[in-house]
This record gives sequence, structure tokens and C-alpha cells, in this order.
Amino acid sequence: METILGLDLPTWWFLVIGAVFSGYAILDGFDLGAGALHLFFKKEESRRIALNAIGPVWDGNEVWLVIGGGALFAGFPVVYATILSALYELFMVFLVMLIFRAISIEFRSKEPMLWWRRLWDISYSVSSILLALALGLVLGNVIQGIAIDKNYAYQGTLLDLFNPYALLVAVTTLALFMMHGAIYLVMKTENRLYAKLTILVKNTTIFFVLMFAITSLATLLYIPHLIARYKEVPYMFAFPVLAILAVANITRQIAYRKYFFAFLSSAFVTAMLIILVAVGLFPNIILSTIDPDLHITVYNGSSTEKSLKIMLTFAAIGVPLVGVYTFFVFWTFRGKVKLDETSY
Amino acid sequence: MNTEILSRIQFAFTIAFHYIYPPLSIGLGVVLVIMEGMYLRTGKQIYEQMTRFWIKIFALIFGIGVATGIVMEFEFGTNWAVYSRYVGDIFGSALAAEGIFAFALESGFLGILLFGWNRVSPRVHFFSTIMVALGSMFSAIWIVVANSWQQTPAGYRIEGEGMKARAVITDFWEMVFNPSSIDRLSHVIIGSFLAGSFLVLSVNAYYILRKRHHEIAKAGFKIALTVATVASLMQLFTGHRSADGVAKHQPAKLAAFEGHYDSLAVADMYLVGWTNAEKRHITGLKIPRGLSLLLHQNFTTPVKGLDAFPKSDRPSSRAVNVVFQTYHLMVAIGMALIGLSLLAIFLWWKGKLFEQKWLLQIFVWAVLLPQIANQVGWYSAEIGRQPWVVYGLLRTSDALSQSLKTEQVLFSLIMFTLVYALLFVLFLYLLNKKIKHGPVDTHSETIPDSSKRDNPILN
Repeated sequence: METILGLDLPTWWFLVIGAVFSGYAILDGFDLGAGALHLFFKKEESRRIALNAIGPVWDGNEVWLVIGGGALFAGFPVVYATILSALYELFMVFLVMLIFRAISIEFRSKEPMLWWRRLWDISYSVSSILLALALGLVLGNVIQGIAIDKNYAYQGTLLDLFNPYALLVAVTTLALFMMHGAIYLVMKTENRLYAKLTILVKNTTIFFVLMFAITSLATLLYIPHLIARYKEVPYMFAFPVLAILAVANITRQIAYRKYFFAFLSSAFVTAMLIILVAVGLFPNIILSTIDPDLHITVYNGSSTEKSLKIMLTFAAIGVPLVGVYTFFVFWTFRGKVKLDETSY
Repeated sequence: MNTEILSRIQFAFTIAFHYIYPPLSIGLGVVLVIMEGMYLRTGKQIYEQMTRFWIKIFALIFGIGVATGIVMEFEFGTNWAVYSRYVGDIFGSALAAEGIFAFALESGFLGILLFGWNRVSPRVHFFSTIMVALGSMFSAIWIVVANSWQQTPAGYRIEGEGMKARAVITDFWEMVFNPSSIDRLSHVIIGSFLAGSFLVLSVNAYYILRKRHHEIAKAGFKIALTVATVASLMQLFTGHRSADGVAKHQPAKLAAFEGHYDSLAVADMYLVGWTNAEKRHITGLKIPRGLSLLLHQNFTTPVKGLDAFPKSDRPSSRAVNVVFQTYHLMVAIGMALIGLSLLAIFLWWKGKLFEQKWLLQIFVWAVLLPQIANQVGWYSAEIGRQPWVVYGLLRTSDALSQSLKTEQVLFSLIMFTLVYALLFVLFLYLLNKKIKHGPVDTHSETIPDSSKRDNPILN
């Protein structure tokens, strides 16, 4: 099998997908977090500022999901097909909530009526919360494995997906995004809204640290297969240690009111959590709870080497490009939010 | 209703609804580049005003296009898992390329287009407009390539069998430039130019008739008319090329388009008609031997008919009548658009363009024509290739997700129907509102962040 820098191509693609989904979680994570916190802001001006803080960037952030979906389809079609058809209702609701999130942001400012704006505020916040929870539910079920038979068909029920561990991961994801979103917003605001957000940052951080601790404990106790690799290869313990240090650093930076560094830390934590799961699963991606022989791995679930090579070339050209214009847009809209005639 | 039919309805419904928007974005993108380019060159305020106005409309259209487009990307996996595994090696790469090369470009720069007026220089803003327009076209390239590969597979081989069977790539460029890619892509892009330019024509015709924003409306009308005329003429060419390609590579589909059953017969070309499957007869207005002439440039060569294919490998009789109608409607609209734009150009040349109230009235409603043509064109392409989802390789009925249950699809179909109905009503309402509001007063209503604090609603 062909290798690049000692890693085979399916492993490389696994890394690319991990990177893209981490990018999505970091970028859209703060949008979703800001959305989840939206109803905490009571005044119209506050809500507008919060909305315009993500206004120019949320669409670009969502691109990472589109790239991730395409990358999964292209590189691991078996994984893409199996997970989407197995978690059918979950993904359908997810897609519809993405629509509601988008149109809430777009349509809210188009009418001045109070009821109109309240309605879209609620729709925006509820859809953001549900999106975060749905992402967490998917992750929780991927960590545990799902009932996949030899034809890649899901044999479980909808209710099976709402098991306690998956729900725990869902709430943790929401907590992470709320903290991440609060930190993002605090960087973009001034005066009274800023003061309010400093309190929200503290509370959401406490919420996240609590959930992080509970989920870590639950994983240690109930998900032995995710821990196995860390036991096998001791130096892998660097990852959980780094994650915990990064979480600690968020609280430290917040205490010093260095929100930009707190934001970098929470972004790092987000990526770390995905890496922790990825390391624990590899080389499996979808675990079959019916029979370990039916696990879908990076090898039996991937496209051909030829296709992966083409895709890796795409990624090598495309990802830096996307990085450049993502940076360009963030740079253009850096600093505190100022409302003008083009704002939402 | 079974799972397959419901899934097909759901896919058809969600893609048809989605397809209202991307052609408008692509077409408007080009018009915007021209408008803003004119602004930079002349520095005239009317061009700035029209650019700002159409960017707002663009944002609305683009927003719904994105929201409904993401659904499509994931619907392959949710409902068509077997298909997804079968084509992933090939189709997936085109889809991923769309995300990374096209969608990222347009979404990234859209923020600057919308909110960057006061933050970047006019040149950088213009650059962003070009990037957004290019991005939307790049999207079309990859999506149409992916779809064309399903119509005329190339650069692949089949590996494995049963549930493990899949198409794997052997030659990337052969896959990208499969026999129908270029013809279909050009047809789609030009169709999008028509959709976008006729929207601009419609709104400006409305303003002229209402005697509002006269100067802006007339200038905008002329820009859009130029695009529309060039596009409608080019569409004749790409349309002919596409039909030629279908005749060569998907003969059963072309036979269905034309309702042509008898392989030994010289083929007539119908302008309008009604197919009768039992009698294999079409009642309608025809050009005798027209199809033979168009495809073979003579009056004597027969055209392969539906009877050359086993019943299980060609569209059902009901499908034949549907695509016969949709295909002919598309062609008729194409001709009407050429006539309409040439007539307007002639009157422009005569200097009487804006005096013809009746013509402007037609232009107000003509916005629907390219939309309908784009829709029915795709219905023809997609229904005409049944029963295949990948032509000659994978049947639609074999492509479905194995674990899917009827009630699951019913649930999602009802959900999409309700949400899209709401979306469409809101879209029309907001579009109408923006149009009524018009392009003027771009510089008023700047809100200083400290003033108006007592007012609960800030504009």
C-alpha cells in the first residue's frame, strides 16, 4: 500500500476529515453557541449586535460542514452512506434546523415588527441549540457504535440513538459551544453587553467544565473500547493531558480577561475532543454493535487509493486556499461590532 | 406508496425547489459583475445604487440556495445509501471538489459583498463580487460533472459484486470530461444566465411601467437585456449539442423526449403533441422527418426508437409522455426567449424600447419562463434516464438505503414539504418587499451605535 511520510492514504484521509470536522466544530461552534445564548440578551440592540457579530462569517463557517460532508462521501463512502441512513431522522431534523438557523439570521432584520423579530429570535436560538445537540448525539453514537448488519443496514430503532451516554455527549457539546460562543461574543462587544457577556462566559465555562468532567468519567467507566488505545500506547496519554491543560487554560485566561487567548484555548479544546475520539476509534470509524467483524474501518470503508490520491491533491490545494479567505474575511471584520446600514 | 417512490418524490421535490435558486445566483452574479464594473469605470451613482440593490436580492436568493443545497449533499447518504457506496469513489470526489473549490469561495467572499461596503476599498469589493460570481459557476461545474457522469459514465471500472459492487475511478479527467459534461454544463450555465437576467429585466420593466427609479431601471434593463440576448442565442447552440449528445449516448432518453418508438422509421419532429403508448402514436403538430434532419443532417436515416430497448431498460410509457411534454415545453420556451429578446433589442436599436408598454408588461412576467424551462429541462434529463440512476449500471430501485422504512421517509417528506412551503412564501414576500422598496436611499439610515438607544426597534 502506498504511503506518504510513513502513513497510508486512508489514514491521511482520516486525518483530513478529522481536520475539516474540527474546523467546522471550531468555526460553526461559536455561531451555534452564540445562537444558543441569543435569548439571554434582552434588548433589541444587544440582539442585533450579537447577530452581527457572526453575521459576515457564519455562512463561510458552514462551508466546513459542506466540505466535510463531501470529503466523507468521497473518501469514506461506506461511512457516509451508513451513518446517514442509520441516523436518518436525526440528520433530517439536523438539515431542517440548519435551514431555520440560516433563515432566522437572514429574515429577522427584514421587518421591524416586534412579533416578527421575537419569532425569528426564538427560531434562531432553538435551531442553534438543536443543531448543537444533534451533532453531539451523532458523536455520542459514533463513540459507542451502532447496530450495523452485514449489508450496512441499521438494525436498531430511533429510540436507541437517544441512549444516556449519547445524551450526555449531546449536552456536553452544547455546553462547549455555548462557552465558545460566549467567548467569541465577548471579544466582539463593548459596554453593557460586554459586561453581561463576561458573566455569561463564566457561567458557561463552569457548565462546560462540569459536563466535561462527567462525560470523561462516563467514558472511562462505560466506553472501554475508546480507552483501549490509550492503554496500549502510553504516549497517547499526551492528548488527554493536553486537553485537560487547555481546559484549565481557558479558565485562567478568562480570569485575566484575556479573551482572545481564551478563545484560542476553547478552539484548541474543541479540536482536542475530536482528536481524542478519533485516536480512540482508529482504525475503526463506525463500530458495529452486532459483530466486531462488521466494523467499518478506514480500510474497508474507503475509496480506492487512486481516488484518495486525487482527493489529497485537492485538499493540499484547497484547504490552504479556504484558510486564506477565511482569514481574509475574519481580518476584514475584526474588532468590535459596529452596526451600519448593511447590518442585519 | 413504497419507500422507493417516496424517496424519489422527496429527492425530486427537494432538488427541484433548490434549483429555483442556484441559477438565479449564477445569472445575477454575472449581472452584478457588469453593474459594479460599470460603477467602477464611470463612477456614476446609478450603477452603485443598482449594484447595492441587486446584492441585497442576491443575498436573499443565495441564502435560500445554500440552506436548501446542504440538504442535497446529505440526502444521497440518507435515502440512497447503496447508490452512495456504489458511486462514492467517483461522485464523491466531484462533490468534495465543489465544496472546497467553489462553495468555499462564494461563501467566503459573500460576507464582504454584503457587509464590506464600508470596510474594504471599492476595488476589493469588486474583486469579491467577481469571486462570488466565479464561485457560483464553479459550483455548477462540479455538480453538473457529477450528474453528467451518472448520465454518461466514463473513466471508471466496476469492482466487486452484490452489495459490495462499486464503480471505481480509472481516469480522473476522463470522468470529468465524460461525453456529456461540456454540453450539459454549458446548457446549465447559459440557462442560469437566462434565469438571472430575466429577473433583472422583470423588476426593471416593473419600475419603468410604474414610472419609478426611471434612470436606474432603464440602465439596468439594458445591461440585463444584453446578457439575456446573448444567452438565449447561445442556448440554441448548447441545446442542440446536448440533444445530439443524448441521441448518441442515451438513445432511449432521446426517443422518449421525442416519443419515437419505431427504430426503423425516419423520425419526425413534433412541435407539440400527445403520446399514446398503446398505439405508439403521437397526435400533434410535426415537422416531417425533422428529427432525422436535425440529428443526421439528412431526410432518410432512421433514429433509434424506444422499441430497440427491452421494456425494463427504458422509461415507462407514462414517463415517456411526461418527458415528451417537459422536453417540448423547454424547447418552446427557449424559442420564445430568443424571440422576446431579439424583439426588445430591435426596439432598443430603433430607440423605442421603453415606449412599448405591452412589451414591458410581458417582460414583467417573463421572469417565470427561464425558471420553468430550467425546471422542465431537468425533469426531462432525470426522468428520461429512468430506470437508471447511473445510466446502464445501477437501477434506481436498487440504489435505495436498505434500512429505510416507509414511515421514516413519509416523516421527512412531510417535514420538507411544510418547511419549503414556508420558505417559499417568505421568499416571495421578502423579494416583493425589496422590489417595492426599490434601489434608492442607499446612504440613509446609518445607525450610530449610541443614538436611538431608547427605541426598542432599530430599523
